Amino acid sequence: MSDITKQSLSELVENIKSKKLSSSDVTKAFVERSEKSKELNTYITEDYANALNKAKKFDEKPNLDLKLPGIPMAVKDLFCTRDLRTTAGSKILNNFVPTYESTVTQNIWNEGAILMGKLNCDEFAMGSSNETSFFGNVQNPIDKNLVPGGSSGGSSSAVAAQLTPITIGTDTGGSIRQPASFTGTVGLKPTYGSCSRYGIVAFASSLDQAGPMAQNVRDCALLQEVISTYDEKDSTSIDFKRNEYSKELTKDIKGKKIGIPKEYRVDGMPKEIEDLWKKGIEYAKDCGAEIIDISLPHTNYALPTYYIVAPAEASSNLARYDGVKYGFRAEGENLIDMYEKTRSEGFGAEVQRRIMIGTYVLSSGYYDAYYLKAQKVRKLIKNDFDEAYKKVDAILTPSTPSSAFKIGEKTNDPVSMYLNDIFTVPVNLAGLPGISIPAGHDAKGYPLGLQIIGKAFDEQNILNIAYAMEEKINFKNNITDWWIK
Amino acid sequence: MSKNKSEYLINRHDNQYEVVIGLEVHAQVTSESKLFSTSATKFGAEPNTQVSLVDAAFPGMLPVINEYCVKQAIKTGIGLKAKINKRSVFDRKNYFYADLPQGYQISQFKDPIVGEGKVILDMPDGQKEVGIERLHLEQDAGKSIHDLDPKNTFVDLNRSGVALMEIVSKPDLRSPDEVNAYIKKLRSIMRYLGTCDGNMQEGSLRADVNVSVRKKGSKEFGTRCEIKNVNSIKFMQMAIEYEANRQVDLIEDGQTIHQETRLFDTKKNETRSMRSKEDAHDYRYFPDPDLLPLEVSDDFIENLKSEIPELPDEKKKRFIEKFKLSPYDANILVSDIETSNYFENVIKKSDVKLATNWIIGELFAALNEKNLEITESPISAGNLSKLINLIKDGTISGKIAKTVFEQMMEGDKDPKKIVEEKGLKQESDPKALEALIDKVIDDNRDKATEYKSGKVKLFGFFVGQVMKVSGGKANPQLVNEILKKKL
Repeated sequence: MSDITKQSLSELVENIKSKKLSSSDVTKAFVERSEKSKELNTYITEDYANALNKAKKFDEKPNLDLKLPGIPMAVKDLFCTRDLRTTAGSKILNNFVPTYESTVTQNIWNEGAILMGKLNCDEFAMGSSNETSFFGNVQNPIDKNLVPGGSSGGSSSAVAAQLTPITIGTDTGGSIRQPASFTGTVGLKPTYGSCSRYGIVAFASSLDQAGPMAQNVRDCALLQEVISTYDEKDSTSIDFKRNEYSKELTKDIKGKKIGIPKEYRVDGMPKEIEDLWKKGIEYAKDCGAEIIDISLPHTNYALPTYYIVAPAEASSNLARYDGVKYGFRAEGENLIDMYEKTRSEGFGAEVQRRIMIGTYVLSSGYYDAYYLKAQKVRKLIKNDFDEAYKKVDAILTPSTPSSAFKIGEKTNDPVSMYLNDIFTVPVNLAGLPGISIPAGHDAKGYPLGLQIIGKAFDEQNILNIAYAMEEKINFKNNITDWWIK
Repeated sequence: MSKNKSEYLINRHDNQYEVVIGLEVHAQVTSESKLFSTSATKFGAEPNTQVSLVDAAFPGMLPVINEYCVKQAIKTGIGLKAKINKRSVFDRKNYFYADLPQGYQISQFKDPIVGEGKVILDMPDGQKEVGIERLHLEQDAGKSIHDLDPKNTFVDLNRSGVALMEIVSKPDLRSPDEVNAYIKKLRSIMRYLGTCDGNMQEGSLRADVNVSVRKKGSKEFGTRCEIKNVNSIKFMQMAIEYEANRQVDLIEDGQTIHQETRLFDTKKNETRSMRSKEDAHDYRYFPDPDLLPLEVSDDFIENLKSEIPELPDEKKKRFIEKFKLSPYDANILVSDIETSNYFENVIKKSDVKLATNWIIGELFAALNEKNLEITESPISAGNLSKLINLIKDGTISGKIAKTVFEQMMEGDKDPKKIVEEKGLKQESDPKALEALIDKVIDDNRDKATEYKSGKVKLFGFFVGQVMKVSGGKANPQLVNEILKKKL
């Protein structure tokens, strides 16, 4: 079979289960393609030899009852992987090799998948273009010098370029959905508490969620089914009944009520985004859904709220990277000097900016005006959604206010970069599930995504809506393999 | 306020100053594992052998609350007659230090697990109530070791993450003696509850001491200084005395006191400025997003209440009412749970009054001399009880009993056996005693005549002689009776 890497996860699983393909065949194919694709800079750490060995071992005694039998995959470098370097895209963890495994990745290996390597991402997941990574930019396979989105930019690029059949990212303010939108792939941010945060390098604890990224909705559902488990090691993990999302997947969404929030028509939104949204509404109607206008009145405050809460938590979460215990250390005259040098040299500019913002908003005298106020607004934003869900089953919005931009285009303008997250951030603040599916192209031929936001724990419902709409949209990614010589 | 002689005042020129003290006691929770991890908490283990990935703050590691520590804190709250808060919140206290791996300490800031309570002190001039402001749970830090290497500091994380209760008193204490009584009472309550072993040498109990002074009669508080991390009662008392006098001197000199944190130098017996209010850390407290608010139900609290043993105050009351002990004796016997257990075991089968005297008198003195705790007493409660019964039933005299007691201290022997083996049994046969007494009178005819002619003081001489001749074994009461008749 020559075009193994073009197959979806579901196809690969079927072919391995029916013994048309071995794990070694599949792993070799993805490793070879990954090796030919270095120019995309998707990998921070490659583990190909081990992957091929594991595939061989799997084939010797294949367990075909598993959900991901012998499936190779690379994961975002924010997940701690036992004995394989985990950097979070930062110099400060450049030499860090965990002795432990994150719960989410452990769940994946337990179902038979095989680790190929660690994917590039913005430093500590802080960024919307993968340009803050210590390990350099990632190329979007859609076009040369185009950003793949962020922070899960290596993940989105790798899935779109078919270097891995599926992957996992993390989403704090849009870090799965925005890169999925920029690369024409599918990305799900689950309900807060659905996937364990144990062993994931923390950015903002009350917002971080791991989630699946794939080429289609079915693959996404299958991976979500694998990674979402209740975990006692994470106190914010929630013990609720989890569906077998892929088995219960259905295109029948007749009569589902889908809300269209008027506040998402932001000033200066490009016409093509507006048009995409309109088209999305038509697709939803075609699937039998009922469209209802709704209001989420505090939407405007979501971005400023996010840029107080997330940096505040980050400033504290990143305090542990001090050169004392592990990771990078710059020698200093004394303890304070060592701290200053280690953290000045070890963290990049964006991370330092957010640590400073976070430190500022938590400082005495400012705490009430910023952090406390932001927490109150966060509650109002959540109330908006609760109110809306009395009338609708799900909400449809664009995933991003624009298509992918060029590398370097926004690096000197952090605020314009932050605006990328305008449609995704409210979902994190409210702890809800959201999925981005590719829904069209802009004038340049770059992919555009639509976001479906669900009620808490209602992943099945938004997966179903996405599944139904996916068929109507019939999106085709236009990837020319321009980076392969 | 009482105006008695035990009032602690500092006199300068014509002014009298009152000292106002509040304590923040850090008590290590007695538990097998740490507050947010499963690492062990044993004291004295090899450095860095009781450290989990959570304690060392590895990337992606998350805290999970130890329910047992929560129970211990609530029990302590109940023991302090305090309000238990059904909802409390863990906050992060952010600061950088080499022995603080997370870069923050998980503590409780705005919403502690225990609210207002009280502790009753028994002072020589009566009881005194000290208010408790709050009790909260927090993590201990690791230990920096600066003296092993000329250039480097070593860090031991065994203590990192161990559960502490910070118990904050109201500024109700007025003297070093009251501080002494307060710490001892707090320690006693926690040891009764089994929530803190109170071992100050091992650092299980230490305190920050807030001291201010004001002119006697003034209602306003003076500016306070906080003396950090004092780890013995004696040092607390010395630090307070020094600090109060320093503040009085400043006021008398027309200077103002600056709110600051100070250190007590135990070698020089003085407090020194550590940092001023202006340099105080901004800890940037905020709720820890890795932990949900801690919620406990009424049932949870009620269940813990049912596990609370009789505490020192109640026990004292019972001892006074049931056993007719004096408040003074009762206080001593209930001061720690082991002593009161010992006492109650002794009196199960013997006379209360004798037991009280023997425990508070002979036993305490003997233990003190050997530097032993009551739990290490060579004499078991059962054997002390036997000894007391031998006295009570007249088998041996009190004096002989002391000899037997001394031998029992050398190894826990049955006093009956000692009495038998050494032939120490008291002579209580009137016939035998009469013969003895007749002989003594016969041998001292002249003195007997003097006695009869009115020199009654000589009676003691005859008793002494009889005891001497009997080798101390004669029953003194009978000797008295018979002597009176015969003389």
